[in-house]
Amino acid sequence: MKHVRRNYKKQNNQLFLTNKPKMTQTDFTKLVLPFKDKVFRLAKRLLVSTEEAEDATQEILMKLWRNKEKIADYKNVEAFSMTMTKNFCLDRLKSKQAQNLKIVHSNYQDNNTSLQKQVENKDSVDWVSKIIEELPEQQKIILQLRDIEEYDFDEIAKVVDMNPTAIRVALSRARKTIREKLTNTHRYGIK
Amino acid sequence: MVLNSIEKLLEKYDNGETTLKEEQRLKEYFTQDEVAPHLESYKMMFQYFNNTKQELYTKDVPLKPRKSYIYQWISVAAVAVLMLGIMVPKILGGEEIVDPLAGLTDEERKVYTETKEALSMLSSNFNDAASSVNTLSLVSTSFNKGAEKASHVSEFGKTTNRLVKKKKTSKNKN
Repeated sequence: MKHVRRNYKKQNNQLFLTNKPKMTQTDFTKLVLPFKDKVFRLAKRLLVSTEEAEDATQEILMKLWRNKEKIADYKNVEAFSMTMTKNFCLDRLKSKQAQNLKIVHSNYQDNNTSLQKQVENKDSVDWVSKIIEELPEQQKIILQLRDIEEYDFDEIAKVVDMNPTAIRVALSRARKTIREKLTNTHRYGIK
Repeated sequence: MVLNSIEKLLEKYDNGETTLKEEQRLKEYFTQDEVAPHLESYKMMFQYFNNTKQELYTKDVPLKPRKSYIYQWISVAAVAVLMLGIMVPKILGGEEIVDPLAGLTDEERKVYTETKEALSMLSSNFNDAASSVNTLSLVSTSFNKGAEKASHVSEFGKTTNRLVKKKKTSKNKN
């Protein structure tokens, strides 16, 4: 986040030197079009619920629109937007967790969830999403960016602010966990 | 042969060492229906990745052009000032223009109008009197003029008297 802010300031200073034509609404949609779905999918990966992901995407796009004069000078608006999305969703999750802690009763445990899950997970592709849900946030983001959005490691490095080797390690861990759990569930499921 | 290379790629994939191109090859391989049974779990993963990639954000974002609302507020202020300009004189000045007859009964009104008429008649008489006084002043000025002329005559009389006196004295000397 700090890194991005620094970048942001640098770009802001450049703005005074170059006189850019004003960005219209169509220009903005053109600029945003190639990655708005990626923003949405990343948000959904982190927030799980489609509605919340839609809200988050809208929020991100509005923020971009409000700062359209500044982002016009960005070399990589997409990476910047993905970083914004990541930070926004993580903040959301944090505040949600804080809320949930107050509401959830610690002494209450539902024994039926595992059974329900098994029924729900009949759909084999659904398993994968359920498994990914259980991964740590960092791994979720990296997996999402690599295996679904097909970013190269440099681009991922910009978004998550990690060096490529660390990203490879996290990615490998995520992939292995998914497969491990998948083969386990699979065996149970077929039996 | 194909399976062999795929298995090698999968090993690299698990270690996070595949390039994007290699991953693309894997994805293509796993889109086919028939896959070796021990690779079934990979198939599920890659299928899932392909499916989720097709999920799109379809909602519209309400993008308002960020214009300043100053002009709108100015117009609001202008309307407010106009309203005040109309209302204030009505409220404050209204009392001054109130009909003096408003609080009076009919009889009182009659009396009022009658006295008003009488007073106006009186004033017209006063005016007449004033004009006749004017004529008097005219008369007085002409009197003054007459008096001046009379004084000329008396002057003339004095000089003749002197002449007469001188003649008399010279006669006495002779």
